[in-house]
Parts: sequence; C-alpha cells; structure tokens
Amino acid sequence: MRLLRELLFPAIAVLAAFVVGGIFVLIVGDSPIETYRLLIGSALWWPDGIGYTLFYATPLIFTGLAVAVAFRAGLLNIGAEGQLYVAAFATAWTGITFARLPAPLLIPLCFVAAIAAGSFWAVIPGVLKARFGSHEVINTIMMNFIAVALVSYFTQYHYRTPGDPIMESAPIGANAHIARLGRFLPGFPERIPLNLAFLLALLACALVYVFLWRTKWGYELRATGTNPSAAEYGGISIRRQIVVAMAISGALAGCVGINEVLGYRHLYYDGFSDNYGFTGIAVALLGRNHPVGVLLAALLFAVLTRGGIPVDAFTEHVTKDIVQILQATIILFVAAEGFFRGAVDRFGLLRRPKV
Amino acid sequence: MAPWTGSGCSGARKCDALSEIFSTQLFWSTIRLSTPLILAALGGLFSERSGVINIALEGMMLAGAFTAASVTWAAGNPWLGLGAGAAAGLAIASIHAVACIRYKADQVVTGTAINILMIGIPGFLSGALFLSSGSTPQIPKEQLIPWTPIVLAFAAVPATWYSLYRTPFGLRLRSVGENPEAADAAGVNVAQVRYTGVLLSGVLAGMGGSYLSIGQSSLFTRNMTSGRGFIALAALIFGKWRPVQTMLACLFFGFTEAVTIQMQGVVKLPSGEDIPVQFIQMVPYVLTIVVLAGFIGYSRPPRALGRPYEKER
Repeated sequence: MRLLRELLFPAIAVLAAFVVGGIFVLIVGDSPIETYRLLIGSALWWPDGIGYTLFYATPLIFTGLAVAVAFRAGLLNIGAEGQLYVAAFATAWTGITFARLPAPLLIPLCFVAAIAAGSFWAVIPGVLKARFGSHEVINTIMMNFIAVALVSYFTQYHYRTPGDPIMESAPIGANAHIARLGRFLPGFPERIPLNLAFLLALLACALVYVFLWRTKWGYELRATGTNPSAAEYGGISIRRQIVVAMAISGALAGCVGINEVLGYRHLYYDGFSDNYGFTGIAVALLGRNHPVGVLLAALLFAVLTRGGIPVDAFTEHVTKDIVQILQATIILFVAAEGFFRGAVDRFGLLRRPKV
Repeated sequence: MAPWTGSGCSGARKCDALSEIFSTQLFWSTIRLSTPLILAALGGLFSERSGVINIALEGMMLAGAFTAASVTWAAGNPWLGLGAGAAAGLAIASIHAVACIRYKADQVVTGTAINILMIGIPGFLSGALFLSSGSTPQIPKEQLIPWTPIVLAFAAVPATWYSLYRTPFGLRLRSVGENPEAADAAGVNVAQVRYTGVLLSGVLAGMGGSYLSIGQSSLFTRNMTSGRGFIALAALIFGKWRPVQTMLACLFFGFTEAVTIQMQGVVKLPSGEDIPVQFIQMVPYVLTIVVLAGFIGYSRPPRALGRPYEKER
C-alpha cells in the first residue's frame, strides 16, 4: 500500500503531462498517438534503442541522485550542471596530463579527479550556506555560470589542439579509456557508447540507498532535512550536515564526467551537457528522492530523449522540443501535486496522512 | 600602468584603442544592454518582495521574446508585438503563480520547470509555424522599436519605487513578503497580493524579452536570452531587492557586457592575445555570491521569501 501511494502521484503526473503534450501535438496538427508511438517505441528496440536509452540514462541517474541526496538534507542543488562541467574538465585534464600512467593507476586517478572536482564545486555553496547563511539556490545558479565560463576559458586558451576550430580539448591518453559494454555482451555492438559508467551509476544507486537508510551518517543527514531544529537538539551539527550533503551531491554529479570523458568522447567537449543538471532535478523529484525512483525516472527521461530523434524525423510538424515540454510539464505536475490530490481524495482512493 | 595597455600597440595607437572603447558608443551600448535586465529585474522585484522566489525570469523573458517577434512579424506592428510579449510573460507567470500560491508547490522547482518549458515551447512552435529549427523570420527594420522599451525601462524604475514605498499596494506587497501572518491579521489578502506580484513580474520580464527580439535584434533565435534572466536575478540580489539599487546593478552588469563586446579584438594582453572574455562574463555571478555572503554590505532577502503561506483556519 505504501509503495502504491509512492507510485500513484508520479504516475498521474506523467500521464497528465502526456495529455498536455498531446494537446500541443494536436495544435500543430499531428497525431498524438503516432507521435507517442515514435517517442516511446524507438527506445525499446534491441540493441540500438535499448543501448542508447541506457546510455542517455547514465548521466541522469548521477544528477538525479545528486539532487536527491541534497534534497534529503533539505537543500536544493540547482548546481549539478556546473559541478558536472568542472568535473568533466578535471577528468579530461587528468587523462591528458598523466596520459603515460598505466591504466590501473590512471583510471582510478581520473575517477578521483571527477569526484573531487564535482565535490569541490558543490562544497563552495555548501560552506557559504553553513557559514554565512546565504541561500544555496542562488549560489549554485551563480556557480553554474562561473563553471561554464571557467572551463570554456581553459579549453579555449590552454587545452585546445592548436588549429582545431571546435571548442574541445586534446584527447586523453588511451590508458584512461573505460570499456564499452559491447566488449563483454555478446550480440551487443561496440559502436553503442554505453559503457562501464552505467554500471557505476547502478552501483551509486545502491550506495546512496545504503548510505541514507543504513548508516548513522545517512540518518543524521535525513534528520537535518526533515526537522533541522529537532536534529540540532539531538546533537547533530546542521552546518556540518549541509557541507557533507553538498560534498556527496557534487561528487555524484561529478561522476557524469566519467561517463562523458572516459567512456564516451575521450576528450572534453565544451558545452556537452544537454541540461543534465537541470533534468536531474526533474528526475529526483519524479523519483521521490529515492534511489530506486531516481533510476526509474532517469530511464523514463532517457526513453524520451532517445525518442525525440525519430519524432523529429518522421512527424510532419512535431520537433524534438516536445521532449522538453513533456519533462517540464512532468516537473510542474509533480511539484504541484495538490492539483490532483483533491480529485484523488474525492474518489476516496487513498487516505494520505497530513504531512 | 594598466595591464591591458602593453603589447603591440604603443604611444598614440594605445590611446586610440582606449578611446575607441570608452566612448559615447560604449555609453549607448551599456544603456541598450541594461534595458532588458532592468525590466526583468524589476519584475523579479515585485515577485520576490511579495515572498515568491522567481528564478523563472529567464523563461518569462524567452516567452516574451518569442511571442513579440512572432506577432510583430505576422501583424507587421511592433506595438502589438510588445503587448503580446508582455501578455506571454503574464501567461507563463500565471502558471508559476497558480502552482506556487494555490498549490503551494516548491517555488524553485516550479521556476526550473518553467525555464525548461520555455526552452521547449518556442522551438516546438517555430518548427510548426515557420518550419525553422527554433527561430522566427527576420523582421523588417522599420517595424522594430529600438527606443520605446528603453524609455519604458528607465521610467519603470521611479514608478516601481513610488508604488513600492508610497502606495497602499506597495505597503501590502512588502508586508506580505516580510510577515504574511501579520499582514493577514491586518486584513490583507495574502494570496491576492502575491498573485499581483508574480503576474507583474511576468509582464515586465515579458517586455524585457520582447526588447531583445524586436528592439535590440530583429528576430527570435533559440535561447536568445542566454542567461539574462539569471543576470537580472543577480542584479536584484546585488541591488538588495530595492528599485534604484537594482537599476544601478543592471547598469553595471550591462556595462561589463558592453565592455566585453567592445574590447574584442581591440585590446590585447601583453602576450599579444585577446583578453579572455570569460573572466568579464563571470563578474556579475561572482559579485552576487560575494554580496550574498555579506562581504560587501549584507543583502538580506525578504523574510518570507520562498515560504508558501498557510492560512490559519
């Protein structure tokens, strides 16, 4: 029953968003059913549809977890976007600078770079909040812009291959590459960029679950988010929890750099993120800030991302912007779930305890 | 000697380069670039002084910019376009208002959703209406309004000041943002005042966006605000949620942008390279963080900012 309750409102929100999206499709004169068939159907083909969907889901799992962990501590991390940019650049920098190291040393070093850089970028607003009380939402937004400008500066002026018109860094050393899953899965072609970072994302889901619900630290973090004054009375240092939560959140966002640089492009490509940080907010919210929910929500959003391509190509008027509209509408409906609560209560389907 | 005056240009040429940058051209460029910021930031002011966080300024500006360009192109009348841009901002703001005030949704989350929505909708509609990938057709030069929005923006500053500090509405707005319980007890309709604040922010941000597409340039392009909504938000914080200070912050941020544009290819570092624009672009964001932390005069947000109001029964 508890599970049903957790699933009901996200499910209603997704359905309602599809209705709104359908109206948009009707307005421009296409068939919603055909559009949705293309949007969802193409993601289910083996191996390309499924492979690419899982590949698109990987960064969203990381950013979704990042937002969820911060949220459990009562913080809204709008800065995953900046954190993952800084982390991806740091990963590429490590992969370029220490290219000569053997793989068993270099790959862990790159992992550490991604995690440390993402974490560092998130800790700054964390400390500012803990020390000066300045709002983490504003500061993480500002840190996003600073991150984008900073890494674009380093790419343009210091790490670009001379003469390359594209804003991208030199390639990382071959020893820093991590394997694509096609190497291990028979019948799964290696051209699909799904790589070991996806397994890392699944591991991160498990670790976040264990951390939040099976350790003392996770308990303290959640207590801070649920009732800060009670937590403080119970001897938990709120300021410490804010910094710790942001550090973990940034570390998770930073893992996007592993997927992007070590697993996929093998260099830093300026502006690579397709709003992963902001979509992470939607993923966390739809997934109820729970690792399992985050995983499911990331898969759904990845299906939509994958499906945007055939929708663009095979419908008369609908463009892949429908994906953004659907994502935004889902967030709106999840955020304003009171919108449906009245109707659900009226049918007497569920009695929710007042939160 | 200032660090940027070295390099290949020396003596008279150096002076040329500098006077080329600091000229009347720079002044007007600053005014033009500040205008959309002032309109959006004043919009943000009305919303945030009423207690509703508005990080959706970016989305509201995009709505205004796209609608203004489309309507101006279709009707051939920029006044209609400006009105439609303001109306589009209002429509988007009403989503924010209903979600945050009526359904007590998280204001930051709703704002983020609106920003994502407004990346999607202009692209979606321009694909269907103009068969383009996210931009509107070019508008003829004689149908642009390059001056009116500037006048409107600078007139809106004293108007905002007056309405905020000298009218009953302003008093209610500020009291609802500081202490909604007390305002409610004094007979103020908290929800109504907040609706007004958020909707006004939509109108102003929509006009700011309109200026981008039918004043400063002559068409809408994908994501043409490129973060200006957030710079306006930064200016609002830098200006401590007060109209005149906010305008000064907008002028300063507009000035940094103008300098960035004028400097490109003119002033060189001693090494002979261009000065990296990225560092100038960072200025507004870094300053906001510094001001929020209280290093240069503390900037205190309205006390009830971000808190939905639960009416006592």
